[in-house]
Amino acid sequence: MQDTLSEIERAALKSLESVNDPSALEAWRVANLGRSSALMNVFSGLGKLSKEERPVIGAAANRVKVALESALEERSRLVKAVALARSLEEDHIDVTLPGRRKHVGRLHPSTQQLRRVLDILAEMGFQVFTSREVETDEYNFQLLNFPPHHPARDMQDTLFIEAEGRGDNPIIMRTHTSPGQIHAMRQFAATNPQDPPPIRIALPGMCFRYEQITVRSEVQFNQVEGLAVGKNITFADLKGTLTDFVRRMFGEGTRLRFRASYFPFTEPSAEVDVECFVCGGKGCQVCKNSGWLEILGCGMVHPVVLQNGGYDPRVYSGYAWGMGPERQLMLRHKVSDIRYFWGNDVRFLEQF
Amino acid sequence: MKVPISWLKDFIDLDDLSIEDIARKLTLAGLEVDEILYVGLSMPDHAARGLHSSEKHEFKTGGIAWDREKIVVAEIREVKPHPNADKLTLLDLFDGQQEQVVLTGAPNIFHLKGTGKLPKPIKVAYAKEGATIYDGHAEGLVLMTLKRAKIRGVDSYSMVCSEKELGITGEHEGIILLDDDAPVGMPLADYMGDAVLDISILPNMGRNANVVGVARELAAMPGRELRKPEPKLNVSGQSVRELVEIEITDPKLNPRFVAGLIRDVEIKPSPYQIQRRLKLAGIRPINNVVDATNYAMLEYGEPLHAFDYDVLKKRAGKKKIKIITRAAKDGEKLKTLDGHERTLNPVNVLVADEKGSLGLAGVMGGEESEVGDKTRNILLEGAAWNYINIRRTAKQHNLPSEASFRFSRGVHPAMAEGGVHLGLKYMAEWSGGAVAPDLVDVYPLPPKDAVVDITVRDIHRWLGIDLTLERAAELLSRLEFKCEVKVETLRVTAPDHRMDIGEGIVGMADVLEEVARSYGYDNIPTTNMADALPPQVGNPVHEWEETLRDQLVALGLQEVVTYRMTTPEKESRIVKYDEYVRIANPITPEKNVLRRSLIASVFDSLEKNIRYNEAFSFFEIGPIFEPVKNDLPREPRRLVIVMTGFREATAWDVKEPAKLDFFDMKGRIELMLGGLRLTKVSYAATESHAYLHPGKAAEVKAGGKAIGAFGELHPLVREQYELGDLPVLVADFDLDVMRSIPPAYEIKPIPETPPIYEDIALIVDESVKAETIESLIRQTGGRSVTGVRLFDLYRGDQVGAGKKSLAYALTYQAEDKTMTDAEAAAIRNKIVKRLEKEVGAKLRN
Repeated sequence: MQDTLSEIERAALKSLESVNDPSALEAWRVANLGRSSALMNVFSGLGKLSKEERPVIGAAANRVKVALESALEERSRLVKAVALARSLEEDHIDVTLPGRRKHVGRLHPSTQQLRRVLDILAEMGFQVFTSREVETDEYNFQLLNFPPHHPARDMQDTLFIEAEGRGDNPIIMRTHTSPGQIHAMRQFAATNPQDPPPIRIALPGMCFRYEQITVRSEVQFNQVEGLAVGKNITFADLKGTLTDFVRRMFGEGTRLRFRASYFPFTEPSAEVDVECFVCGGKGCQVCKNSGWLEILGCGMVHPVVLQNGGYDPRVYSGYAWGMGPERQLMLRHKVSDIRYFWGNDVRFLEQF
Repeated sequence: MKVPISWLKDFIDLDDLSIEDIARKLTLAGLEVDEILYVGLSMPDHAARGLHSSEKHEFKTGGIAWDREKIVVAEIREVKPHPNADKLTLLDLFDGQQEQVVLTGAPNIFHLKGTGKLPKPIKVAYAKEGATIYDGHAEGLVLMTLKRAKIRGVDSYSMVCSEKELGITGEHEGIILLDDDAPVGMPLADYMGDAVLDISILPNMGRNANVVGVARELAAMPGRELRKPEPKLNVSGQSVRELVEIEITDPKLNPRFVAGLIRDVEIKPSPYQIQRRLKLAGIRPINNVVDATNYAMLEYGEPLHAFDYDVLKKRAGKKKIKIITRAAKDGEKLKTLDGHERTLNPVNVLVADEKGSLGLAGVMGGEESEVGDKTRNILLEGAAWNYINIRRTAKQHNLPSEASFRFSRGVHPAMAEGGVHLGLKYMAEWSGGAVAPDLVDVYPLPPKDAVVDITVRDIHRWLGIDLTLERAAELLSRLEFKCEVKVETLRVTAPDHRMDIGEGIVGMADVLEEVARSYGYDNIPTTNMADALPPQVGNPVHEWEETLRDQLVALGLQEVVTYRMTTPEKESRIVKYDEYVRIANPITPEKNVLRRSLIASVFDSLEKNIRYNEAFSFFEIGPIFEPVKNDLPREPRRLVIVMTGFREATAWDVKEPAKLDFFDMKGRIELMLGGLRLTKVSYAATESHAYLHPGKAAEVKAGGKAIGAFGELHPLVREQYELGDLPVLVADFDLDVMRSIPPAYEIKPIPETPPIYEDIALIVDESVKAETIESLIRQTGGRSVTGVRLFDLYRGDQVGAGKKSLAYALTYQAEDKTMTDAEAAAIRNKIVKRLEKEVGAKLRN
């Protein structure tokens, strides 16, 4: 009997050596460890053995069973490892095939840029103030110190709305977001006319000019203005705020330069050149080799404007600045044609 | 305004500064230099100066430098015929070192051919072999270097130059004939090399629109001095006061009128150097008299006008000449010197005499009294005009002129006298005329001196710098302000070339701007605001719309921004309105009204794009404009969504994705409203939107209010667009209403008891709405049914004609314990019974 068991073990282990896949493993298990296998027959024949033989053979059969089971387990691991290695070797895809796209949504580039600007301004304490797009001449010009027929009106060619009996106060498309300065000041001043509260606001929105639509000029464009009014606000503060803003917007260490300029609603007025953020000031096509980009107009709020807003210019002072998100995008991304913005061609929009 | 550097140097020493330094100084002071055009002077070599980053190439630069060795002043001694060419001549020329024979075809010396040795040599600009100049025959500006060649058998290696060849003008008709005093042999760059600064004049800086005005800004630099022109005249003959009188009818239109007289002028071309400066400044030379008026204006800033005195005398007959200034009569006619007859109105101001109009004041003279070749005696006008009238007149008659440019920005009346003196001086110099004694000067409305008091505190409060009054006075004096330091205040009087300094607090700001400019904006420190923080108010409308934008982008929609302007015709494809906000001066007939519908605008974008992509999901948020007669329009805020195309992106293994339909749009709307925390939302079929398919349109209500509608575009509307064959979905929301609905902030807790899932299919008549079934299920199941999801809709043989099967996945759940199968079955039976009773539903299988 002992010999039979030895033979069963030897034969089984030998046959296991040629087993190489999961189904053969299962067949081997049924043949050698299954209910009708020779080994199991030994177990089921134990009852017929003598009392002396039974424990000896039983123990020997058990040892063989354990040996076969562990051999099976080991073989099975090997087979799996081989199969995995083979599959890893064979299962290759062309990783250069294009990925599957999804239709994704995006914000219009102007909205994206407006958000960048407004987010930075929000952190600097400037809250968003919005106002209407169709305005009166009074709010768009007169209260901002552009008297009728003032030469500065040449700087802002205006679209007029048909209306009768308006005299010197026609209805127009706003040419800048600055009428919001008056709306805001009057709104704030109304809360405490004797001692109006300080103001720090950002005024974003669409503006309109009588301009032919060409590669370089548009009839509508966004603008963002910043306005601070208070009792101790100086031109030096304006420089400080814009320096901070420009560095947040265009990068740490960006240099800027203030040039004297003219806007009827600020005095002193300045234009701000920012070190070209495309070439870092070394000179490139975008900055026309000057190293500088004209980005902002700014100045101290004109006394007449403060007065018209309900803030006594002998007590209060303030500053304002304005800029164009589309212009910033054009410079940053080398957008060659301003008409792309309202053309809404997906081939443009999807690049942002 | 174009300013030759050589002209500036007549009034200020600048030899220690580079052209770029000068341009930079002006630019920072507000006189922005757009371009530097080199006309002979050597150009900076930026590469060689690259060591200093502050000396970058900051300005747009063009032009040509004249080689000092190779381009010199020479004289032509004789003009000889060319042996083999009739139209060419050979010049005997002396370049200061040696005699040369130079070939030329110049027509303006051709008449001297074969006349022998010239009695007076002709001075010319001579370019030697190897010199680089512009090719006179080429289109545009092409550089070339002179090489030795044989032309018709004669050696040619050098040339006498035209203005085009030297980059002075585009003129190539003849060679430059220099003034007789040009020193032979001198490098031409030393004799008349120049650079022209093209300066933008700001609306408040009209005072700087002249050479002296530009020099004055440079003189504001410490240690420099402005040499203002102070013309000294030799006078003779009868005083002009005895010959001419002036009547100003309205001093507000014409605060001052000055006239001078010069007799016996000889009309001829001005000296070449004068012509050259005028050309560089962009003015065409006419003759010595007209040139003198232009030259004096460019130099000093007072526009002048020259009348033919004898014409005025003839018109006056036996009477004394009487110049009258007045507003034009409505319909009055005047032939201006450009030959156009103009019909006038009372905005226009006239210089006239008793017989009628002579010229359009401050804008353009009249033809009759124009200076011509035969003119002998000149009456020279210098005046001050109301800037508004000049501005409107120049616009009405489309006559932008150098004079109106200056007058419409304000020219101080004090300038009139100096201007006339300067003009007379140049006329006398260039025409040999004799100036009559005195000026007729009528000055009924001298402007009040602008006097402003400022304090140390003003300077600190407005500019953020601490200056003593003495220091401020010094800064202002450099710009010719008269300053008087008192105990606490500095009394500042504006100089009499300035009209831009106001009174009181405005004057303070005006003067502080000048303090800041003179101090240098760059020298003002950068500080942080010390002022109190304002009350926080936020902008709920803006913030809400930004959240909405985020929701829509997350749902895969592309934001577009379209024109506010459109036409009623374009919008009528969607919806017809009678009333519009109309633009009185549209830039194009394509943009003559403000939009009343955002849908039409977004469709325009869609139509333009349709060829380029397989799917579009666009949205726009913005105002529409509802007219209010003769008043500001309402600007309600709208949201429009438009979708068409495939539901998924195609790929190499995704060939035919499903088409977007009504329910894609509805799903987006559901998610959008959910994202805005609007929960009580209902949808109902609607036929009240003509642009929508009557069977595929829904009205949306939230919190009981109608907030918008959506659906498939009506086939007849779609026909009017080129939008392809796929269904087009459109949604339109009134954001002002939507925003007014209070959001539900509360969320549901996640249940802790295990759910039981079950699917049931119900067969109902076609007419039964899905919403009805779902709400009956929810009502009947109450809180025990926590999920109802329609997962299949079937029509066909298995359910019979006129019927449909709706399959729902239901979730049963008890709040506080584990629900048993038996309890779930009981609820289901209740639901099925209710549905049977209410809508005749049958449980399928």
